[in-house]
Amino acid sequence: MSFLEFLNFHLVPGVVLGSIYAVGAIGITLVFGILRFAHFAHGDMATLGAFVALALVTAGLTPWAALPIAMAAVAVVAIVVDKLFYDYLKARPKIMTVMASLGVALMLRAVVQVVFGVDPRTYATGIVRPDEYFGILLRDRELYTLAAVVLLVVGLSLFLRHSRWGKAMRAMSDNPDLARLSGVDNRKVTMLTWAIVGALCAASGFMLGINNELHSMMGWQVLLPMFAAAILGGVGRVEGAVLGGLIVGIAEEMSIFILPAQYKAATAFVLLLLILLVRPRGLLNGKVL
Amino acid sequence: MDLLGLANYAVFMAILIGIYALLALGLNIQWGFTGLFNAGIAGFFAVGAYTSAILTSLPASGRLGGYELPLLLGWAASMVAAAAIAWPIGKICLRFRSDYLAIATIGIAEIIRLVIRTEGWLTGGVRGVTGIPRPFGELDYMPSQIAYLAIVATLVLVAYLLVERQVKAPWGRMMRAIRDNELAAAAMGKQVEARRLQAFVFGSALMGLAGALFVHFNRSVTPEAIDPMIATFLIWIMLILGGSGNNRGAILGAAVIWIIWSVSELLTDRLPTEIAVQAKYARVFIIGLTLQLVLRFRPEGILPERQPGSPPHR
Repeated sequence: MSFLEFLNFHLVPGVVLGSIYAVGAIGITLVFGILRFAHFAHGDMATLGAFVALALVTAGLTPWAALPIAMAAVAVVAIVVDKLFYDYLKARPKIMTVMASLGVALMLRAVVQVVFGVDPRTYATGIVRPDEYFGILLRDRELYTLAAVVLLVVGLSLFLRHSRWGKAMRAMSDNPDLARLSGVDNRKVTMLTWAIVGALCAASGFMLGINNELHSMMGWQVLLPMFAAAILGGVGRVEGAVLGGLIVGIAEEMSIFILPAQYKAATAFVLLLLILLVRPRGLLNGKVL
Repeated sequence: MDLLGLANYAVFMAILIGIYALLALGLNIQWGFTGLFNAGIAGFFAVGAYTSAILTSLPASGRLGGYELPLLLGWAASMVAAAAIAWPIGKICLRFRSDYLAIATIGIAEIIRLVIRTEGWLTGGVRGVTGIPRPFGELDYMPSQIAYLAIVATLVLVAYLLVERQVKAPWGRMMRAIRDNELAAAAMGKQVEARRLQAFVFGSALMGLAGALFVHFNRSVTPEAIDPMIATFLIWIMLILGGSGNNRGAILGAAVIWIIWSVSELLTDRLPTEIAVQAKYARVFIIGLTLQLVLRFRPEGILPERQPGSPPHR
């Protein structure tokens, strides 16, 4: 195998997949870090986002124009889900919220299955031939995906670092009691977090869909890699989630060198156990709950 | 449906309720008494199911098995196998909050599913394992069903009594102490991680046994027989609705939820085909919603946990 073949058939798909995982893992790490529980409805929220975008595409929008609307829609869904199903469990042990989120995952998936059916769908039909850039083969959609991920990550980092509300979010992640004492309104920060997490979910679901196909289990199937990415990078660390996402994505694509192809999905699990065994705080020193 | 048909159906349902009751008891050890979140129940169930199936089934070409070992050996092996899978997972994850265990158990259930589908030499792949013997299977239909029900009921009773005994013993008090205040229990010199690992392994072994009972009842097993998400979730609802931390509650919850689930299946099967598929998923939505409603309005379940020493009725 030549270097270019390796690049085109393994590394590039790994980076594309990894950057999609990164977007999902950022959402998971935000919930884990700020609200302090493992959000199991994350994958199915991504599925919902992908299908909302599909509905918009069917109505005549182009896929990439549908993305922002789908992100806004799922942001609202995430806030509503929090108000209905998570908020009242605040005072109880956090693990109850984890359980509620598993129930929400099932409900969201059932909604998608009832409304859109269970057959695989796509945003656009037909085969797209990749263009060549200095020997590297890239399809337009892959290029746009990478650009969108970079835009989202840079935008979010700037927001968290420099804006008032971003600082409030980081404060609540570091120490919720201290944040409240300093005048941070935990309720508003929670709402804002859910809005961002919902939007990121929709984005990751959409990008999974446009690079492959949509089906009702797509989100559940990427839940484990996204969690592995978030924990690998360090819970609560946005840069960590990006790094973890890329590592998991690339590792999955490389796994075929050592594992039969059917076990690609096991890679994330192995990485998860390894990091928990060796360095539970993650590569970038996150939290351990 | 005539009376005999109804009786047949009732026995059939009772057997499945018994199997689910074992699963709910297993989960009760993990969640009810110890506070461990196992989101991969279906995985441990499947390991038990396939272990016993491979060890006791008739020989077949193209896959391992056909050892025709005695049933009891198969059942014991299914418990050992489920426990052997649980041990390393628990060992790694139980140092952290239960969220990590939940993630890892979702992962292990997924991997067990992959292995079952992929490793045809071991599990028969998508064709599954057939020719699994059933105790008293050579009798007529009805006596055979009743005999199997008796076996399942006995095992549920034995499991119930053993777990009850264990929970009333100092061990149970220690487990509740660890669940309710980990730091205080650790300060009293209790080995939190080791005790949690015990509970996780015991509970998983019980789930493995339930899997074995399930395959010997059906005489065959295929990957489709075990829907990971639905199976896991149904058992969670059984325990939460019945009353986590209360073994009788776990068994009651298994009966209530399984009856509702099967009757709703009978109803949706009669719908015209255009909406029957959607109705199937609407049922899934409703079990998700049921969990939310129970968590919100009756988090202690139908039969709440009783603290030993306090009067049974408040």
